Parts: sequence; structure tokens; C-alpha cells
Amino acid sequence: MTTWHIILIASAATLALKLAGHLVPAGFLERERPARIADLLTVALLSALIAVQTLGAGQQVVVDARVPAVIVAAALYALKVPFIVVVAVAAAVAAGIRAFV
Amino acid sequence: MNERPETDARPPEEHGENLEGERSAAIRDSLAVGLATAAYGISFGALAVAAGLDVWQTCFLSLVMFTGGSQFALVGVLASGGVAAGGSAIATAAMLGIRNVVYGMRMKPIVDGADEAHGIWRRVAAAWVTIDESTAVALAQSTDRAARIGFWATGITIFVGWNVTTLAGALIGDALGDTKAWGLDAAAAAAFLGLLWPRLKRFQAGAVAVAAAIVATLATPVLMPGLPVLVAAVVAVVVGWFDLFTRRPAA
Repeated sequence: MTTWHIILIASAATLALKLAGHLVPAGFLERERPARIADLLTVALLSALIAVQTLGAGQQVVVDARVPAVIVAAALYALKVPFIVVVAVAAAVAAGIRAFV
Repeated sequence: MNERPETDARPPEEHGENLEGERSAAIRDSLAVGLATAAYGISFGALAVAAGLDVWQTCFLSLVMFTGGSQFALVGVLASGGVAAGGSAIATAAMLGIRNVVYGMRMKPIVDGADEAHGIWRRVAAAWVTIDESTAVALAQSTDRAARIGFWATGITIFVGWNVTTLAGALIGDALGDTKAWGLDAAAAAAFLGLLWPRLKRFQAGAVAVAAAIVATLATPVLMPGLPVLVAAVVAVVVGWFDLFTRRPAA
């Protein structure tokens, strides 16, 4: 697989899902249990991505400048600071630690 | 892309008198949410290039995939595992796109409105811009007509803005060079946290988030990059199936 293959297949899949919601008669996903799982799936995947992105380095778990950056980001989100500002501050925290420590 | 709280639905207004007011309120909501969301296309563009995509591939994702969570996830998994993690990257992006099916089902009657006879292209366009924000703005309006305006105005504002800022971010990312020195890896984690944050209002969601993070971390040393995230998805299926961690008020 090349990067383009990955991009094309993933884009086709997400677009097909969007179309399914509008073209297929409602039913399965409106029931309580599937709707709840679909909802929690988003939470689990995003949380797992945060963990891997913060602690993962290939197949190793390491604690480095990303950890304080993410803690600062969490504090800023709690204070309702806008997304784009938080992301920029998190990058600056990690970059600052790497430059000066 | 962030889901807006559903609590800001306005109280129903008197019928007939406020058509113009409803319309401008829907457009105001759409522009506020749309412009704020479009702005962080910059971070997507920069992170995608940092993950090894070229500018064309980055822009293709924003044009065709056009759903922020899946886009960030795809480039995040590719950044950690490269092309070898392609299968995991596709699966993660697709699973994050499942919520758009639910949104589509909710938006279909609003987009159709009174007359059912809409062309296929209009349906496809509606599906294309069915995302967290267009759905949330539509659901926050007090009438179907305002909801329809809010859906389209938000979707189109974000589509145009997101693609412009993605290109800008990709060009900036291209010029940065050493992305670690700029802290872009930490920025990616902060971006995922921003997507997750508005979903953590309920205890059950918080419990799933903590458990999924632990599972993904424990799986990292033993599985190929990309797979730990997929394994963590099992947490959602188990908790959702048995409806665990619900806090019921003590009787």
C-alpha cells in the first residue's frame, strides 16, 4: 500500500458512511444500544489516540516534553480557551522544553 | 471537529412573526461556529505534512474525507507507524466516521423539508457536509426552516474555510522542517484532546476515555503501531453493550 492508497480507501469509507446516513432508511443505528456504542466509540478512539500520541515512540512508552504540554492543554481547555490557541500553546510548551532543558 | 453542547437551543419563538429573526440567528450561529472551526484547519494541514503526507494528499483529505476526527486520526496513526500501519489508519478513520451515519439520519428530514423530491446531487452535497458542527447548529435551532438554514450555512462555511486553512497549514508545515523541534507531536496530542473534551460531560464517557487510554498505553509495547488504538475501541463496545458505568441517582 502506498500513502495514496491509504488516503483513497479511508476517504471512500468515510464518505460512504456519510452517504449511508442520508440514503439508507433509518433503523439499526437509531436503536439505543448501537447508538450508545457509536457514541462511545468516538470517545474511546480519541482517548486512545491521545495516549499513543503523548506517550508512544514507536513501540516504546516514553515520558518526555509531550506530557507537560498535554497537561497544559487540558488546563486551557478547562478554562474554555479556543482550540487553535491551545494547540499552539501545547506546541510551544514542548518546543520550549526541548530547546532549554 | 468539536460537537457543540446541545443545551444552547433557544426557547421556541412565537410562530410567524420571527421568521426573519430566526433566519439571521441561524446564520449568526453558523458563521460563529464555522469560522472558529475552519481556523483549526491550519493545525490539520501542518500535522499532516509533519506525518509525511505531501501538500496534495493533505488537501485531498480535507476536500473528500472532510471530517476532522477521522482526518486527524489517519495522519496520527501514519505518523506513528508509517505506511506499514495503513490498515490500522484506515480502520481508525472509518470507525471515527461512524457517528456521521447517525448525524445523517437526523439531518435527512431537515434537509428534505416539506417536499421529498430532491435530486441526488443535493443529497450527496448534504451528506458531504454532514459533520459534528453542521448537525449541532441545525439541532440548536427552534424551527425546521432555521435548522435547514443553519445546517447548510455551517456546512458550507466550514467546507470553504477548512480547505483554505488546510492548504495554508500544509504550506507552513512544509516550511517548518524539523517538526519535533517545533513541538508538533505535542500539538497533535492537544488536538485530539480538543476533539475529545466536549464529549466528556457524562460519567460513562469519562470512564471509557480513561480505560481506553490505559489499554492503548499497555498495548503499545506489544503490538504494531496503530493497533493499540483499535484494541482500545473494544472498551467502547463492551461498555456500550452492557451499559456499564452509568450513575443512577440513589433512590
